[in-house]
Amino acid sequence: MSVSIQELEQRLRDAFPDCRVSVTDLVGDGDHLRAEVVGPAFVGKTRIEQHKMVYTALGSCVGQELHALSLKTSAS
Amino acid sequence: MSQQEIFAAIKQDITENDIVLYMKGTKSIPQCGFSAVVANVLTILGLDYKAVNILEDDELRQAIKDFSNWPTIPQLYIKGEFIGGCDIVKEMFESGELQDLLTEKGVLFKAAS
Repeated sequence: MSVSIQELEQRLRDAFPDCRVSVTDLVGDGDHLRAEVVGPAFVGKTRIEQHKMVYTALGSCVGQELHALSLKTSAS
Repeated sequence: MSQQEIFAAIKQDITENDIVLYMKGTKSIPQCGFSAVVANVLTILGLDYKAVNILEDDELRQAIKDFSNWPTIPQLYIKGEFIGGCDIVKEMFESGELQDLLTEKGVLFKAAS
Protein backbone atom coordinates (compact mmCIF):
# COMPACT_ATOMS: atom_id res chain seq x y z
CA MET A 1 0.00 0.00 0.00
CA SER A 2 1.42 3.33 -0.98
CA VAL A 3 -0.57 5.48 1.43
CA SER A 4 0.17 5.11 5.13
CA ILE A 5 -2.42 5.09 7.88
CA GLN A 6 -0.81 8.23 9.28
CA GLU A 7 -1.16 9.96 5.92
CA LEU A 8 -4.83 8.99 5.66
CA GLU A 9 -5.51 10.22 9.21
CA GLN A 10 -3.77 13.48 8.42
CA ARG A 11 -5.90 14.02 5.30
CA LEU A 12 -9.05 13.41 7.33
CA ARG A 13 -7.94 15.72 10.16
CA ASP A 14 -7.18 18.46 7.63
CA ALA A 15 -10.58 18.04 6.00
CA PHE A 16 -12.57 17.60 9.22
CA PRO A 17 -10.82 19.69 11.88
CA ASP A 18 -13.86 19.58 14.18
CA CYS A 19 -14.25 15.81 14.01
CA ARG A 20 -12.86 12.81 15.83
CA VAL A 21 -10.80 10.82 13.33
CA SER A 22 -9.32 7.36 13.53
CA VAL A 23 -7.97 4.96 10.96
CA THR A 24 -7.33 1.41 12.07
CA ASP A 25 -5.75 -1.57 10.38
CA LEU A 26 -8.30 -4.36 10.64
CA VAL A 27 -6.12 -7.38 10.01
CA GLY A 28 -2.58 -6.03 10.28
CA ASP A 29 -1.73 -6.16 6.58
CA GLY A 30 -1.89 -2.41 5.94
CA ASP A 31 -4.46 -3.11 3.26
CA HIS A 32 -7.78 -3.61 5.07
CA LEU A 33 -8.55 -0.40 6.88
CA ARG A 34 -11.40 1.17 8.74
CA ALA A 35 -11.85 4.91 8.97
CA GLU A 36 -14.12 6.49 11.54
CA VAL A 37 -15.00 10.16 11.38
CA VAL A 38 -17.42 11.57 13.90
CA GLY A 39 -18.41 15.18 14.37
CA PRO A 40 -20.53 18.17 13.48
CA ALA A 41 -19.35 18.26 9.86
CA PHE A 42 -21.95 15.57 9.13
CA VAL A 43 -24.98 17.19 10.74
CA GLY A 44 -27.92 17.07 8.36
CA LYS A 45 -26.09 14.97 5.75
CA THR A 46 -27.30 11.62 4.44
CA ARG A 47 -25.00 8.63 4.80
CA ILE A 48 -24.20 8.76 1.10
CA GLU A 49 -23.24 12.44 1.41
CA GLN A 50 -21.16 11.71 4.52
CA HIS A 51 -19.24 8.90 2.84
CA LYS A 52 -18.72 10.99 -0.28
CA MET A 53 -17.20 13.75 1.88
CA VAL A 54 -14.75 11.25 3.35
CA TYR A 55 -13.88 9.78 -0.05
CA THR A 56 -13.25 13.29 -1.38
CA ALA A 57 -10.98 14.11 1.58
CA LEU A 58 -8.98 10.92 1.08
CA GLY A 59 -8.45 11.60 -2.60
CA SER A 60 -7.87 9.32 -5.55
CA CYS A 61 -6.28 6.48 -3.55
CA VAL A 62 -9.78 5.27 -2.69
CA GLY A 63 -10.83 2.55 -5.08
CA GLN A 64 -7.31 2.45 -6.53
CA GLU A 65 -4.22 1.52 -4.48
CA LEU A 66 -6.23 1.49 -1.28
CA HIS A 67 -7.86 -1.89 -1.60
CA ALA A 68 -10.30 -2.22 1.26
CA LEU A 69 -11.53 0.70 3.30
CA SER A 70 -14.52 0.43 5.57
CA LEU A 71 -16.15 3.73 6.55
CA LYS A 72 -18.08 4.78 9.62
CA THR A 73 -19.34 8.32 9.84
CA SER A 74 -21.79 10.06 12.10
CA ALA A 75 -22.62 13.48 13.42
CA SER A 76 -22.21 12.51 17.05
CA MET B 1 -18.69 1.57 -26.21
CA SER B 2 -18.70 5.26 -25.46
CA GLN B 3 -19.29 6.39 -21.90
CA GLN B 4 -22.69 7.65 -22.99
CA GLU B 5 -23.64 4.19 -24.25
CA ILE B 6 -22.42 2.50 -21.07
CA PHE B 7 -24.34 5.01 -18.93
CA ALA B 8 -27.46 4.28 -21.00
CA ALA B 9 -26.99 0.55 -20.41
CA ILE B 10 -26.59 1.09 -16.64
CA LYS B 11 -29.67 3.31 -16.59
CA GLN B 12 -31.63 0.60 -18.40
CA ASP B 13 -30.43 -2.09 -15.98
CA ILE B 14 -31.38 -0.17 -12.85
CA THR B 15 -34.73 0.79 -14.35
CA GLU B 16 -35.75 -2.66 -15.55
CA ASN B 17 -34.64 -4.48 -12.39
CA ASP B 18 -35.93 -3.65 -8.91
CA ILE B 19 -32.58 -4.47 -7.35
CA VAL B 20 -29.19 -4.40 -9.01
CA LEU B 21 -25.91 -5.12 -7.26
CA TYR B 22 -22.68 -4.13 -8.97
CA MET B 23 -20.16 -6.43 -7.37
CA LYS B 24 -16.81 -8.16 -7.66
CA GLY B 25 -17.51 -11.77 -8.53
CA THR B 26 -20.84 -13.52 -8.72
CA LYS B 27 -23.74 -14.15 -6.34
CA SER B 28 -22.44 -17.62 -5.53
CA ILE B 29 -18.73 -16.76 -5.63
CA PRO B 30 -18.08 -13.17 -4.56
CA GLN B 31 -14.45 -12.14 -5.11
CA CYS B 32 -14.35 -9.53 -2.37
CA GLY B 33 -15.49 -9.49 1.26
CA PHE B 34 -17.43 -6.25 0.86
CA SER B 35 -19.37 -7.59 -2.13
CA ALA B 36 -20.07 -10.78 -0.18
CA VAL B 37 -21.57 -8.81 2.72
CA VAL B 38 -24.08 -7.03 0.49
CA ALA B 39 -24.96 -10.23 -1.39
CA ASN B 40 -25.56 -11.90 1.99
CA VAL B 41 -27.88 -9.13 3.17
CA LEU B 42 -29.94 -9.46 -0.02
CA THR B 43 -30.06 -13.24 0.38
CA ILE B 44 -31.15 -13.00 4.03
CA LEU B 45 -33.97 -10.70 2.96
CA GLY B 46 -34.96 -13.26 0.33
CA LEU B 47 -34.58 -10.70 -2.42
CA ASP B 48 -34.24 -11.54 -6.05
CA TYR B 49 -31.64 -9.29 -7.60
CA LYS B 50 -29.57 -8.80 -10.68
CA ALA B 51 -25.85 -9.16 -9.94
CA VAL B 52 -23.41 -7.51 -12.31
CA ASN B 53 -19.83 -8.76 -12.06
CA ILE B 54 -17.72 -5.69 -12.80
CA LEU B 55 -14.54 -7.80 -12.87
CA GLU B 56 -15.68 -9.10 -16.24
CA ASP B 57 -15.88 -5.66 -17.82
CA ASP B 58 -13.14 -3.08 -17.30
CA GLU B 59 -15.13 -0.33 -19.02
CA LEU B 60 -18.12 -0.90 -16.79
CA ARG B 61 -15.90 -1.11 -13.70
CA GLN B 62 -14.84 2.50 -14.23
CA ALA B 63 -18.16 3.67 -15.69
CA ILE B 64 -20.26 2.61 -12.69
CA LYS B 65 -17.98 4.63 -10.40
CA ASP B 66 -18.47 7.69 -12.59
CA PHE B 67 -22.19 7.06 -13.01
CA SER B 68 -22.82 6.85 -9.28
CA ASN B 69 -20.09 9.34 -8.38
CA TRP B 70 -18.88 6.71 -5.91
CA PRO B 71 -15.30 5.40 -5.98
CA THR B 72 -15.80 1.86 -4.69
CA ILE B 73 -17.52 -1.44 -5.41
CA PRO B 74 -20.02 -2.91 -4.40
CA GLN B 75 -22.82 -0.54 -5.29
CA LEU B 76 -26.46 -1.29 -4.60
CA TYR B 77 -29.38 0.14 -6.54
CA ILE B 78 -33.01 -0.29 -5.49
CA LYS B 79 -35.73 0.86 -7.88
CA GLY B 80 -33.23 2.98 -9.73
CA GLU B 81 -31.94 4.71 -6.63
CA PHE B 82 -28.33 4.43 -5.47
CA ILE B 83 -28.42 3.14 -1.89
CA GLY B 84 -24.73 2.91 -1.09
CA GLY B 85 -21.79 0.59 -0.64
CA CYS B 86 -21.10 -2.18 1.83
CA ASP B 87 -20.90 -0.09 5.01
CA ILE B 88 -24.10 1.82 4.35
CA VAL B 89 -26.08 -1.26 3.31
CA LYS B 90 -24.89 -3.16 6.39
CA GLU B 91 -25.76 -0.28 8.74
CA MET B 92 -29.18 0.17 7.13
CA PHE B 93 -29.91 -3.55 7.34
CA GLU B 94 -28.93 -3.74 11.00
CA SER B 95 -30.98 -0.68 11.94
CA GLY B 96 -34.01 -1.79 9.91
CA GLU B 97 -33.82 1.24 7.61
CA LEU B 98 -33.19 -0.96 4.60
CA GLN B 99 -36.34 -2.95 5.33
CA ASP B 100 -38.30 0.31 5.71
CA LEU B 101 -36.93 1.53 2.41
CA LEU B 102 -37.95 -1.69 0.65
CA THR B 103 -41.45 -1.39 2.09
CA GLU B 104 -41.66 2.23 1.02
CA LYS B 105 -40.59 1.30 -2.49
CA GLY B 106 -43.02 -1.61 -2.63
CA VAL B 107 -40.37 -4.36 -2.85
CA LEU B 108 -41.34 -7.57 -1.09
CA PHE B 109 -38.80 -9.15 1.24
CA LYS B 110 -38.61 -11.88 3.83
CA ALA B 111 -38.96 -10.56 7.38
CA ALA B 112 -36.45 -11.79 9.93
CA SER B 113 -37.70 -14.88 11.73
